[in-house]
Amino acid sequence: MLVYLIRRLSQSAFVLVAMAVLVFIGIYAVGNPVDVLINPEADLAERQATIERLGLDRPLYEQFWLFVTKALQGDLGRSFLHAEPALPLILERLPATLELAGVAMLIAVFVGVPLGMIAGLRAGKPAGKTIMAGSILGFSLPNFWQGLMLIMIFAVMLGWLPAGGRGETVEVFGIGWSFLTLDGWAHLLLPAINVALYKTSLVIRLARAGTREVALQDYVKFARAKGLSERRVVLVHMLKNIMIPVVTVLGLELGNVIAFAVVTETVFAWPGMGKLLIDSIVNLDRPVVVAYLLLTVVIFIFINLVVDIAYSLLDPRVRLSDKGS
Amino acid sequence: MIDRSEIPLDTPIEPVPAKAERPALRIARDFVQSPAAVIGLIGFLVIATAAILAPWITPQNPYDLAQLDIMEGRLPPLAESFAGQTWWLGTDDQGRDMLSAIIYGLRISLAVGASSTLAALLIGAGLGLVAAYYGGKVETAIMRVVDLQLSFPAILVALILLAILGRGVDKVVIALIIVQWAYYARTIRGTALVERSKEYVEAARCLALGSRRILFHHLLPNCLPPLIVIATVQVANAIALEATLSFLGVGVPITEPSLGLLISNGYGYMLSGDYWISFFPGIALLITIVCINLMGDQLRDILNPRLQR
Repeated sequence: MLVYLIRRLSQSAFVLVAMAVLVFIGIYAVGNPVDVLINPEADLAERQATIERLGLDRPLYEQFWLFVTKALQGDLGRSFLHAEPALPLILERLPATLELAGVAMLIAVFVGVPLGMIAGLRAGKPAGKTIMAGSILGFSLPNFWQGLMLIMIFAVMLGWLPAGGRGETVEVFGIGWSFLTLDGWAHLLLPAINVALYKTSLVIRLARAGTREVALQDYVKFARAKGLSERRVVLVHMLKNIMIPVVTVLGLELGNVIAFAVVTETVFAWPGMGKLLIDSIVNLDRPVVVAYLLLTVVIFIFINLVVDIAYSLLDPRVRLSDKGS
Repeated sequence: MIDRSEIPLDTPIEPVPAKAERPALRIARDFVQSPAAVIGLIGFLVIATAAILAPWITPQNPYDLAQLDIMEGRLPPLAESFAGQTWWLGTDDQGRDMLSAIIYGLRISLAVGASSTLAALLIGAGLGLVAAYYGGKVETAIMRVVDLQLSFPAILVALILLAILGRGVDKVVIALIIVQWAYYARTIRGTALVERSKEYVEAARCLALGSRRILFHHLLPNCLPPLIVIATVQVANAIALEATLSFLGVGVPITEPSLGLLISNGYGYMLSGDYWISFFPGIALLITIVCINLMGDQLRDILNPRLQR
């Protein structure tokens, strides 16, 4: 296990270095770094000062070193628009995004698993077919348009829920959370459903495939032969075994949810990281874009690492097969 | 049943040649067995034909400013114009006929989706095949890049690329190619690794055929089925991704509005109740994607060797 951990950690470190080099090249090769990192509205003296401060007049390898050390210290530049350091600006919005992603994941599991199990147990029957047709639709709906339609139906036509923004928040440990207030839930519901729909379709498919496989296993037959009630067979014996692939895939999908939240946040004006990214791209606020990129790279590497380690703990075969490669 | 006693004993027994059915025919026959897939195919063909013939079949050229009348802006579906023409799907804020705008938008969406998928397929399949065939350091290098890229969601990579590159149809295509190639590389490598150890490849090697010939004439055709399935689904994904990027304002420019940009354009009016400017382009996008996915589902079942009878 220790060897596996060390190897996995060194892989992550390698990815981090590779991404740092790519981002650096991205900034320096595609555009003139002076244009990327300095506010175009700055005057000449300010410009000169920034060039010196960032070391843009030095040789390339020194610049790279400076970039890396500054990034390690958490100094990823200042936003042109907000005149604040870029990193705290993004971190400030992280809880909103995490809240959205977390609620969406819960919806996906609590709606997707039961529906998928019904589809698996009733495969080929009308109920199963209807659920599967629904899941194809869920896969095909363009996320942003689906969000617009949710707003149109529930906010504009029915007027039940607000069309956007984040509701009232309650401070817990210095961070505002909106899932503790009623108003917060009203604002959270539509965006969370919007993020969750695609994941729910995915979970339905996984749970259905799992159910069909598990239903043929000997232990299920044995449980039935023992005379256990159908409810116990399905809810205990089958459910447990279906959850393994579901949990794995959802773990891997967490990163995707955070990334796709960009779309939902923009549609629902949800003040998270994703909306900040889009606003920064549109407003050419490049330091924020760079900082967002590096931050997400770190988050992704972290998630992938945790999922891999958790998975290898759950399923020792993964660790063993890794040694072979 | 043939009565054997009637056949003279000296009749030479002619071997009945085993009917070798062409694979394309078999696939076509299996494909039409699913009504959903046929509906998908027909729907897609109608959409593609409409997109190609756009200049001849649309009631109006939505880019020709002389044909637009701002007085007719934001009319609901089925409203009549001053000239007595019916706006089947309503008009947008500029007085543009939504039906025409959608058909023209489909053109851009389909062209971007198809061309980027094709290019990504060629690049990815080529690299994946090379990786599987040569192995060693070449393989490690290529597959590391693939792993690296696949650990980040497509939309994020595309967003960042377009943030650097700027707006434009060509740039969207480039971003979509970069986002997609790794899927094909990984898939074809997996298949090719299995195929490489089969006898026909060994036989081809024994005949001292050049590696390029073995790669492209022997290995590639046998690795195609999973690629075709992925490519079908990826066209739908590419179209959806392009629409998303355009909606977010980093995709195609305003001068070449795809479906995503049309939806984005209607976003502002939706809150005041003018739903049709966003609604109908979205329906067109949805139908296109569903049709492609229906075909993809059936192709996956047909081409999956594990499910073959």
